[in-house]
Formats: sequence, structure tokens, C-alpha cells
Amino acid sequence: MSTTTKPVNQKAWFLILPVLLCVAFSAIMPLMTVVNYSVQDIISPERRVFVGTEWFAAIMRDEELHGALWRQLTFSLSVLAVELPLGILLALSMPAQGWKSSVVLVIVSLSLLIPWNVVGTIWQIFGRTDIGLMGAALQGLGIEYSYTGNALHAWLTVLVMDVWHWTPLVALLGYAGLRSIPDAYYQAASIDGASKLDVFWYVQLPKMRGVLMIAVLLRFMDSFMIYTEPFVLTGGGPGNSTTFLSQFLTQKAVGQFDLGPAAAFSLIYFLIILLLCFILYNWMQRVGTQAKEGGHE
Amino acid sequence: MNNSRFQKRSVFLLLYIVFALLPIYWMVNMSFKTNNEILVSFSLFPQHFTWDNYKTILTDVSWYSGYINSLIYVGINTVISITVALPAAYAFSRYSFLGDKHVFFWLLTNRMTPPAVFLLPFFQLYTTVGLMDTHIAVALAHLLFNVPLAVWILEGFMSGIPREIDETAYIDGYSFPRFFIRIFLPLIKAGVGVAAFFCFMFSWVELLLARTLTSVNAKPIVATMTRTVSASGMDWATLAAAGVLTIVPGAVVIWFVRNYIAKGFAMGRV
Repeated sequence: MSTTTKPVNQKAWFLILPVLLCVAFSAIMPLMTVVNYSVQDIISPERRVFVGTEWFAAIMRDEELHGALWRQLTFSLSVLAVELPLGILLALSMPAQGWKSSVVLVIVSLSLLIPWNVVGTIWQIFGRTDIGLMGAALQGLGIEYSYTGNALHAWLTVLVMDVWHWTPLVALLGYAGLRSIPDAYYQAASIDGASKLDVFWYVQLPKMRGVLMIAVLLRFMDSFMIYTEPFVLTGGGPGNSTTFLSQFLTQKAVGQFDLGPAAAFSLIYFLIILLLCFILYNWMQRVGTQAKEGGHE
Repeated sequence: MNNSRFQKRSVFLLLYIVFALLPIYWMVNMSFKTNNEILVSFSLFPQHFTWDNYKTILTDVSWYSGYINSLIYVGINTVISITVALPAAYAFSRYSFLGDKHVFFWLLTNRMTPPAVFLLPFFQLYTTVGLMDTHIAVALAHLLFNVPLAVWILEGFMSGIPREIDETAYIDGYSFPRFFIRIFLPLIKAGVGVAAFFCFMFSWVELLLARTLTSVNAKPIVATMTRTVSASGMDWATLAAAGVLTIVPGAVVIWFVRNYIAKGFAMGRV
């Protein structure tokens, strides 16, 4: 949301009312139920004991959780570091009009449309050295590749899979953002004798800022909740090298049928994502406005 | 345009396309093989080409009804998401009002909830209101993550449109609905196209909620697919064929919205 001054109009609430109704219907009740679970020990549906913040305290001290959290943070930051520049580059490289742009758009968005469990399954075969294309190719290059045996290989495979799966999201947003820049801006830039890099830095990037911010937040929070793909591909292994937060949570919730601690865990999880996104969002807003003030606008 | 730079971009684009298509090629390749061939031998092309996997899916009602169910609730969801998000995004991008920044950020927080533990409350809520196993239930549940997404994307595009355009239109005597539909929407076509595609996509691939809220009548394809995993082992070939078929509707959608995304502002000017 832009930080420039806008006219105050309280009636704008009526415009956002439908959205609030739609979202609140599915958001508030389930959230309250989870909060309710998190302070109880549910022995059976009829026998519940109020335990206060006991689950929260227990979870905060959990060593395994700290491990999973660090793995998660490293993974999410790596995802952003690769997918954001790659996506912007891809958006800049995609043809602007004509049949080529249509074909490229469809090809680029294909990977987004595959259900996540199928993505995991396909990469599971794709990476096998006996029957998979990537595995066989890597072995042909003389690399002892094994995503089931080697922790680093497993981690990299999950990362490459995520890059393959989700870079198109950044690219599509960036591409649509680029296409909405009025021609007048480019004409003005060419009159000023701006180089390609200048155009990118002072015209394209500031104009894409809004959509790129969405891309960063989306990729950050979705990669923070990544579950299905690594679960299908590696099952969290070898060891726990690819056991990320949500899989750890699911092990707690489903594996032990322990609703109280699982609910407390998911609330903490939610608060961590919320906090990180809030920091990221505010930081990007500040960087954006500073660039605007210092830039050519 | 600088020629050598143009070349570099084309090479990069080509490399990326190869990278993007290789796993999909492998899936298509698998979908024309038998399970035995997939697991025993490595081959770039099917040695014993077969349509059987596709036949299984397209002739078995429990398979293909999954596609129909998914299309129904995804369609409902996309239409509702975009319809309610448009006015809201306009409000956020043009006016400041009490609590606007908080509400805007709160919307996005609805995408941050790890689904595993929220499944049971969802199940209870939809059982209480009597919507279990209906397309509406899944469509409504998916609004939770699609509406915030649509609002954020559309707001991003709307903020890029100078406010002078609104003011000029009002001075010219346009009413708000007429201005919004005739002038404003064409300006943010690219945003609407992307938002609609993303709503379609996220609803299409979502598994956990869709599976929890349906049993028979509205069972989505993503849930039907999980039955290829059974005690007797994976049915890789059928899964691959089903995976290829799940790409098709989305590819059709992006084909239809491509002009909105590709042309955008420059062509939509009044």
C-alpha cells in the first residue's frame, strides 16, 4: 500500500465490507477453536483439562523445534535469494507481444498448475539415478548424486524443485507489472538518453515495486509453510535435513493425536510468520519510499 | 534495442524454458508407459507406447468427476474472489480510512496459517452450517487465502494508476460505477488477469482443505489422485497421466487471460 497522502473517506469501509465478510466467515471461528485447544489438555472429547500456557512453555523449550526453525529460515531465505532475481530476469526476458509472448506465458505457468503432491512424485522419479532424467544425467556427469542418502543433495533437490515450481509466480507478477508501465515513461527515458540499466533501475523497478512486494511476501510465507513437496520427495530425510517446520508440526499433530500442543505450536508458528512478514513488509516499504525520495520522482 | 543484449535475453529465456519443461516432459513420458516400464528401464521415449493410463481416467466416473468437481468449485471461488476484491482494492489504493493499514495487513495474515491443525475446526464449522461435501463449502473455504491475494495484487496495480485519471473522469461527469467499469478496469487488465489466474491456480492445487470438506459428491481431483498410492505400491503411470490432465484446464485459463496480462496499460488507454 502506498504511503503517499490519500483523501480521508470513512465510507470506503463499505467497499471493503464484502471482503471482510468472506474472509471472516472462514477465518475467525477456526482460529478461535485453535486458540481454545491450545490452552487445554484434550484427553478425550468429553474430558478436557485447562492447562493455561503450559503447552506454549513446553514448545518454546523444544530443541527439535529450534533445529526445524533454523532449517526453515535458511531454506526460505535461500528460496527468496534465488527466485526473486531469477523471476525478475525472466519477466524482463519474456517477449512483450505476439504469439511468442502467449506461448511463453503458458509454458512458464505450467509448473504452477501441477498439484503439489504430483510435483513431489514427479521429482522423486526425475531425481532417481536409475530411471530419472535428472538423476541419470547427474550420474553421467560423474556426480555421486543421491537425494535419499546425501543430506546436502536432498536439500539442494528440494530447493531446485521449489525454484522450478515457484519462480513462475514471481515472473508472472513481474511481467504483468512491467506491461502496465505506460509507454510515456519509456519515451521520457529515451529522450533523457537513459541506458538500459537506468531504465531498469529508475523506471521498471520502482513501477514493479508493488507487485514484487507481493511476490516476496507470498514466496516467503508459502515457502515457510512448505509441506507436501518435501514430504513426498524425501520424507524429511535423510536424517532430518529436509524436515521443515510444517512437517514437524504435522508429526506432532497427526502422529501423536495431541491436539493441545499441536494447536499451541501452530499458533506460535503463525506468530513467527506474522512477525517476519511484518518486518519484511515494513522494511520494503521504507526502502521503497527512500528510493522514491532520493530517486528521480 | 541493443542487439547483443537482446540475444543474451533470448538465450536466458530459452535455457529457462528447457529447465521448466524437463520435469514436465518426464511426466508426459511416464504417462505413456506402463508401470513396469517406468520402474525397470530408463528410456527417453516410451518403448511400449500406451494410452491405457488416459483411458483409465477418462472412462472411470470416479476419476473424471474429480476434474468436474474441481472445476466447479474453483470457478465459483475465482468469480467471488475477484468480484469482492475489486472494490476493496480500490478503497485501499485510493482512500485512507480508520484502520486501513491494519485491515490490509490482517487480510494477508489469513494466508499465514499452517493448515494441518486448522483442518478439524474447519470440518466442525462446515458441518455445523450444513455445507459438508458441497462445492460451495470448498469454494468458501478457499476464499480464505484467495481473497487476500486478489486484494493485494489488485491494489498493487491500482496504485500504479495516477489518481488524476479518477479525478478527470469525475469532472467529465462519469458516475463511480461507470468510471470503474469503462475506464478503470481496462487500465488494470493485467492485474485482473494475473489475480484471476492466481486465484484459479491456488484453489486448483489446494489439497488439504478440499479433501477434508468433501467425501463423495464434491470430491476434487487432487484428492482422487491420492488413491494411486496404495498398499500394493504406487501407480506411477496413472498418477503421471492424471498430472498431465490437471495441467490442461489451467493452461486453457492462462491462454484466455494472456491478452489481459500481455498488453496491459498501453493498449487499454481510453
